[in-house]
Amino acid sequence: MKFTCLSKGSGFHFPPCHMLNFCGIRILFDCPLDLSGLMAFSPIPTSLDALLFEESNNNEKRHKIEDLLDAKSLIFAEPWYKTVNNLHLWNASLIDVILISSPMGIMGLPFLTRRKGLSAKIYVTEASARLGQLMMEDLVSMHAEFRQFYGPEESNFPPWLRQEELEILPSVLKDILLGKDGVESGGWTPMYSAADVKDCILKIDTVNYAQEVCYNGTLVIKAFSCGVEIGSCNWILDGPKGDIAYLSSSCFFSAHTMTFDYRSLQGTSSLIYSDFSSLSDAQDIEDGDNNSDPTSDTLLPLSFQDMDESSLNSDENLEEKEKLVFICSCAIECVKDGGSVLIPINRLGTILQLLEEMTTSLEASAMEVPIYIISSVAEELLALLNIIPEWLCKQRQERLFAGEPLFAHVKLQKEKKIHVVPNIHSHQLLMNWQEPCIVFCPHWSLRIGPVVHLLRRWCGDPKSLLILEDIVNPELALLPFKPVAMKVLQCLFPSGIGLQKVQPLLKTLQPKTVMFPEDLRLKTSFSCEKSFSVSYYTEAEPLKVSCQKDSSELKIAADLASQFYWKTFKKEGINVTRLKGNLLMENGRHHLLLDNNKKTSESNSSLVRCGLADYNKLLPALSEMGINASIEIVKDDVESQNVCLVHTKEPYKALIEIGNTSTVITTADANVASILYKAIDNILDGV
Amino acid sequence: MAIETLVLGAGQEVGKSCVVVNINGKRIMFDCGMHMGYTDHRRFPDFSLISPSGNFNDALSCIIITHFHLDHVGALVYFTEVCGYRGPVYMTYPTKALSPLMLEDFRKMVDRRGEEEQFTSEHIAECMKKVIAVDLKQTVQVDEDLQIRAYYAGHVIGAAMFYVKVGDAEMVYTGDYNMTPDRHLGAAQIDRLRLDLLITESTYATTIRDSKYAREREFLKAVHKCVSGGGKVLIPTFALGRAQELCILLDDYWERMNLKVPIYFSSGLTIQANMYYKMLISWTSQKIKDTYSTHSAFDFKNVHKFDKSIIDAPGPCVLFATPGMIRGGLSLEVFKHWAPSEKNLVTLPGYCVVGTVGHKLTSGKPTKIDTDPDTQIDVRCQIHQLAFSPHTDSKGIMDLVKFLSPKHVMLVHGEKPKMASLKERIHSELGIPCYTPANNETVSIPSTHYVNAEASDTFIRNCLNPNFTFRKCNSVDTCNSTLIDRNLTPELQVEDERVVDGVLVMENNKKAKIVQRDELLLMLDEKKHEV
Repeated sequence: MKFTCLSKGSGFHFPPCHMLNFCGIRILFDCPLDLSGLMAFSPIPTSLDALLFEESNNNEKRHKIEDLLDAKSLIFAEPWYKTVNNLHLWNASLIDVILISSPMGIMGLPFLTRRKGLSAKIYVTEASARLGQLMMEDLVSMHAEFRQFYGPEESNFPPWLRQEELEILPSVLKDILLGKDGVESGGWTPMYSAADVKDCILKIDTVNYAQEVCYNGTLVIKAFSCGVEIGSCNWILDGPKGDIAYLSSSCFFSAHTMTFDYRSLQGTSSLIYSDFSSLSDAQDIEDGDNNSDPTSDTLLPLSFQDMDESSLNSDENLEEKEKLVFICSCAIECVKDGGSVLIPINRLGTILQLLEEMTTSLEASAMEVPIYIISSVAEELLALLNIIPEWLCKQRQERLFAGEPLFAHVKLQKEKKIHVVPNIHSHQLLMNWQEPCIVFCPHWSLRIGPVVHLLRRWCGDPKSLLILEDIVNPELALLPFKPVAMKVLQCLFPSGIGLQKVQPLLKTLQPKTVMFPEDLRLKTSFSCEKSFSVSYYTEAEPLKVSCQKDSSELKIAADLASQFYWKTFKKEGINVTRLKGNLLMENGRHHLLLDNNKKTSESNSSLVRCGLADYNKLLPALSEMGINASIEIVKDDVESQNVCLVHTKEPYKALIEIGNTSTVITTADANVASILYKAIDNILDGV
Repeated sequence: MAIETLVLGAGQEVGKSCVVVNINGKRIMFDCGMHMGYTDHRRFPDFSLISPSGNFNDALSCIIITHFHLDHVGALVYFTEVCGYRGPVYMTYPTKALSPLMLEDFRKMVDRRGEEEQFTSEHIAECMKKVIAVDLKQTVQVDEDLQIRAYYAGHVIGAAMFYVKVGDAEMVYTGDYNMTPDRHLGAAQIDRLRLDLLITESTYATTIRDSKYAREREFLKAVHKCVSGGGKVLIPTFALGRAQELCILLDDYWERMNLKVPIYFSSGLTIQANMYYKMLISWTSQKIKDTYSTHSAFDFKNVHKFDKSIIDAPGPCVLFATPGMIRGGLSLEVFKHWAPSEKNLVTLPGYCVVGTVGHKLTSGKPTKIDTDPDTQIDVRCQIHQLAFSPHTDSKGIMDLVKFLSPKHVMLVHGEKPKMASLKERIHSELGIPCYTPANNETVSIPSTHYVNAEASDTFIRNCLNPNFTFRKCNSVDTCNSTLIDRNLTPELQVEDERVVDGVLVMENNKKAKIVQRDELLLMLDEKKHEV
């Protein structure tokens, strides 16, 4: 088994990407897109910006002004997109299976599916595929605005990727374009088209949670909910050589999607730990959540079974609820002052909860403020959310059983409390537009989508409020809109396994070997009493882990087994039999079934014989058959072995030469040979 | 090893489906239905046969409910709340959502009739809390050895066939299913499995049905003719399933023909049910699924709320009234008012049980019907019978049996003589042993069992070595054979029969191991002896 981490990703929108060679099958986990790369580009320029842009272009000699970053230093061109660079080193046609663990992990898939020669089976949960499709369609439609503005691209190689252009870029942008090591420029590709997305979706095989799918008869693949986003999942791969669990970012609590089903991951022999979320959490100083609170300290030595499930979840639940309430109170405060609230958040769970919380708070404070949701796919997305109860958390499912809509937005839409429009200049929006208001719209990078136009409108208004997602560099995100007078609130929601929970979780899952990220090595110290071995992996370095079993399981049908003719070897108490049947590979297991085909049951002679041909036994055996024989012992000079010669005279004439490892029959008659052969066969241990 | 099947209901009859199967020590109850034809003890399955002591928790591993019809779920509340079964109950999401509606409706009807109540509303709520909802194709590990999986059955929304595996023994219980898609549901779908036993319904064991399209058109024509003549159309139907299917049909037709005649649903239940249908759209047919974002098929544009005053109001209308078969309730009340006018139409979708007004109307052409000893109704209205049924026909059953090719087949949920003839067909045409046990009978069949062994790498690798045999056709043969034959048999035939010599070794206190012949000597620590 060989495991290579292609990218450890960053944050919720850019999940990790790995390659695994298991049972001779090459498996790619996820195909994400690093959309934070968009921040190197300028949003669609306004007429004023366009002037500046012209100016800077005319002003031929741009100088490298170290670290003096302003809106003009951004790239004014149709953006390209940053894929996982290391993935390009692989020949796509050699990938056998692609497993997509979340809607975010599908975003880069059209780049792969449009390549020639890709023949991999692609498994995605049905919900991830549908959400992912909507997200990709939205991205394509948002990108279309750029294409309209800049017109068709002139060359295949964009000028901004040229070495001399890169040289004069501020270091922040250079880091984005080339990566920290300066080698990632190969990962940039131009946007895919709507047709590519459609084509990609057609190539996908969708699965439900806990559905068994079998690749090539060899590998049984199952997805289990991980609680981060609707449809997101962890995987279990079960092959003839053992099983392996792939643990992506997982949440023990969720207010919208089905929660982390860790019980189903129990007992696999290996486990790939691929939750990097605690990496970014811990780096963030503002986030005080990781300061270990007394309750979590006491949890450490326990395994999950010992704990009350509700106590485990309630902490996170409460924390998240508090944050939501806080955000909503800020928003209400803001609209009371006459400012508008702009929420460019793309995390579905956060949007849905904010929407519900926001409307109840508005109602409570008796305010009539319109809420707009602006996105080309919003209407379809909201409709979709209400028909997928199987993918949602317990509380939402209870609503189904009670006959209520799964999410409050259905009712709110009917009551015209929220307005869902496809884009900023849609007729419906212009007719209803009213300020102050609360707007949910993409995209979190603040470079594409309706957010750009609304941010330009409100960024100078100190009464308005911008609620940002957990962005690594908010300074850079807001750069094109400077000076920003509006209030900015950045909110962080956990999207993975908290560091304190890693150890009790692994203890509960009881794998034998764990592949763990090197980056988290220092943050988690596995206690010495751990029951599993740990191998640490780093980005782009293959890690070899030995398979647990050196043989595979084979099942023999009982009706066949009853026909076996057993032979016992005296010395070692071993029973041996020859096998005859049809070998079949199904669901990762070998089966041997009864074969009724006469054709194959021809040869009856022994396969292998062993032991010594004892001449003391041979003589009586021969005489029983009426053959007289005499013995002559000769010393072989060359091999210094004793060779025994048996001469038979009556009724046949033959010479049998018996050595330690071989016996030779010499005779003129083939019939005689076969008779003697049988006699010798009988005294040897044959199978 | 054997699979023992105890049929507690729906053995050689239709009603109170309930089959208890014992596979390798696990006992699973499939369906827990009630018989609508009885009001005495025969209404429920005889649970005492499962466990004479009444300790059902130890006697059963789990209960599986295939769909929400009362003859499949009706006795569940009684069994869990009154008999005291506390173990797990599995059903699909739609079944879990809609079963309480059906049970509550039944409870109210019993209440109205003044019969003794077997369970209360609280019982229903308590019972549903024990239910574990499953999704299609999800493999549920009930315990370490017992695996169950649901497959789409297409009979009503959420109907499922259930696959069960214990150890090496595998079986499928179909529940009710439909092999042809209808207006709102898809056709049954299942993987090719290696089954020891298939228990299938056999409602239409001998019937073969024609295309649905013609029947739909006929229905629409009859309704259209009636309303354009100013008549009223009564469609007595149950609240779930048929009502939605016909309403999709009518609503669509109304739209196309631009009709303005109102359509009513008599019961709040149907309207409530539509709410559920809207959320469960992924369980309906592909066509409906594809339109969810623009227009939900269960948002009926022409449907209005019903009010009792409408019964005698002038002008045409279409009314869906419960219960079906004109067994009582509102459908009977409306029937009394509307039957005497020849302008009106009564459309009876589906099967009518003997003894109901519906059955009287469909058998012969009565002019007068006695609903109770004191009342007689003149029947002058048109009667239209719709042969819509969400059950598979005999061709569908045969197709499924052939597709799955199980080692044994068992028929339930059908009429005895028809079952016998289907049993004969399965036996003679497919060569599969088939059983039709009566209620409270037990059938035992042998099950598959595998012996586990380890296979060494060399053995497996050797299995994968291609072993081509090339056979050239004799040129004389080719000349003699006709032209067509020559096209069929290519001159060079290539066979790839992969053969490997394997040896099974059993050592004391060790797992059986399969090795390749060269490895055997290593294991035995002996030298090869050639002859």
